[in-house]
Amino acid sequence: MAKIELNGLAHSYMPHIQEPQDFALKELNHVWEDGGAYALLGPSGCGKTTLLNIISGLLKPTHGEILFDGEAVTNKATEDRNIAQVFQFPVVYDTMTVYDNLAFPLRNRGVGASEIDGRVREIAELLEMSDTLKHKASGLTADAKQKISLGRGLVRADVSAILFDEPLTVIDPHLKWQLRSQLKHLHKRFNYTMVYVTHDQTEALTFADKVVVMYDGAVVQMGTPEELFERPKHTFVGYFIGSPGMNVVPCHIDGKQAMVAGHAFAMEQGLSNIPAGASLEVGIRPEFLSLTREGTGPTVSIQKVEDLGRFKVASVRLEDHEFKVMVNEEDEVPADGARLVVDPTHVNLYANSHLVEEA
Amino acid sequence: MNKWSDNRAWWLVLPVVLIVAFSAVIPLMTVVNYAFQDTFGNNEFYWAGIEWFQEVLRSDRFHGALGRQFLFSFIILSIEIPLGIAIALAMPKKGLWVPFCLILMALPLLIPWNVVGTIWQIFGRIDIGLLGATLDGLGIEYNYTQNALDAWVTLIVMDVWHWTSLVVLLCYAGLQSIPDAYYQAARIDGASKWATFRFIQLPKMNRVLLIAVLLRFMDSFMIYTEPFVVTGGGPGNATTFLSIDLVQMAIGQFDLGPAAAMSLVYFLIILLFSWVFFTVMSYLDRAES
Repeated sequence: MAKIELNGLAHSYMPHIQEPQDFALKELNHVWEDGGAYALLGPSGCGKTTLLNIISGLLKPTHGEILFDGEAVTNKATEDRNIAQVFQFPVVYDTMTVYDNLAFPLRNRGVGASEIDGRVREIAELLEMSDTLKHKASGLTADAKQKISLGRGLVRADVSAILFDEPLTVIDPHLKWQLRSQLKHLHKRFNYTMVYVTHDQTEALTFADKVVVMYDGAVVQMGTPEELFERPKHTFVGYFIGSPGMNVVPCHIDGKQAMVAGHAFAMEQGLSNIPAGASLEVGIRPEFLSLTREGTGPTVSIQKVEDLGRFKVASVRLEDHEFKVMVNEEDEVPADGARLVVDPTHVNLYANSHLVEEA
Repeated sequence: MNKWSDNRAWWLVLPVVLIVAFSAVIPLMTVVNYAFQDTFGNNEFYWAGIEWFQEVLRSDRFHGALGRQFLFSFIILSIEIPLGIAIALAMPKKGLWVPFCLILMALPLLIPWNVVGTIWQIFGRIDIGLLGATLDGLGIEYNYTQNALDAWVTLIVMDVWHWTSLVVLLCYAGLQSIPDAYYQAARIDGASKWATFRFIQLPKMNRVLLIAVLLRFMDSFMIYTEPFVVTGGGPGNATTFLSIDLVQMAIGQFDLGPAAAMSLVYFLIILLFSWVFFTVMSYLDRAES
């Protein structure tokens, strides 16, 4: 297991770099702790896989360096980095049995036969594949093949890190949940450093201790699921994490209040450090809005109400701006004369899409 | 749904039946006719039974030609298949050199067979050929018109020159269809070059290799034009392969009966071997999946 440091890492697939937009991965500096479970979360094409392939050495970065436990590995080949990686689509060696597939990474590294046998059986047990060990790998279902790919990643006891590139894409939903819990369990038991790429927020939030949100080639926030939820550092994180995503509407500041379409939203943070001339927005999660008939909140019109079982999502309109409001299952949505109530502790202010933080 | 049958549908296959009959079945039947009959001219035929077949199967001449034919096919397969795989592996996977390599590989395949024969016939001559003259100049005794071994070497090198490309192109297509993830996984798993070849590339190529072996076996087993142009079957009958022998018998000596019998035997041998190859290789293929 190892601590992974990324120093000034950037990558472009183009031979001649002219502008910042040519970088598939923009410069980033991070330290990923030994034994941590990290999820790289972001939409397709945001640079997640590029970053992963740089860590495993399948790609050489244009700039910067990678250190495993303080040792520079930037110029080391994949096979010398002692890293395991599981890909989006299953890769199995068709002509081999399941057993030989799982043993393959160990045999290539000259591990003794008895140790191989022990490891393979242990991993097969964990993946519930013990009774298929003698089968040819090629005849299996996509699920089982992907389990073999996972198994080949997990079978080496001494890897610096295990990288997962959307490994559960081809797996059935019910098995997905099961495998994810197994991975989590393995992580706790062996203390692997794990990096997990996904575009599914549920997967990222349930798997990882720390989620790294990427957008357009850059890391926009790294934090615990709670941090991402409560204090998104970028409006993208607000939209992307949470279901429905954060309400983000343009505003201007008047004293201690954010003004949205002439109505005042009380705020408790981020007011002392606003960059001059930036375009401002407030971000409020639907969970921190409510509707009532009383009080002094601005009157809104209800556009529609979606019943999602345990809660309802009301789309409401305030002048030209639409807000989503989360309403508990048992609570009534006022049909008319509804007023919007804002929880001031959870109002975030964004300047040019970035969170304004207290100085 | 109930099965609904209307035998009139058979009329739809009639055009194909007619064309195939006209171009293949009827001509083949004349060969079959010759094989079972004898003639002394005047277009009069007598029933000969299996006499011609017995004669052909017992003749040393046929055994010799058949033996040479197998030896030739065996040698060229054992050179062209590994060499073709090796070249396909060495070819670039992407970039500017890909079309260049592909065109270079396709060139020998585009040259008419008798031209290939002529090229090598001249190339190997000691008096005016580059190869022959060079070898002669280096003091190496080489004369494909007089030395049986030299004639064989010339024909084998010529066939390798002409046909290895086919194996290369087929293997290359097979290799190109392997997703990058397989190579990446192999690197992650620390697989050596040999292990990558043995467990990823070879298994993924095995279908195209089946086709390559079949095509090269059938083609080399029926080879006629090139050896006919280069050596004419000589020196002596050292390079008289089955088809050369057959043509000599049928057209040179006008022995229609034995020639027809030999044609049929020849045809059945190719059919049998192709079937065996195909069955064995597709069995291996199935055993793997």
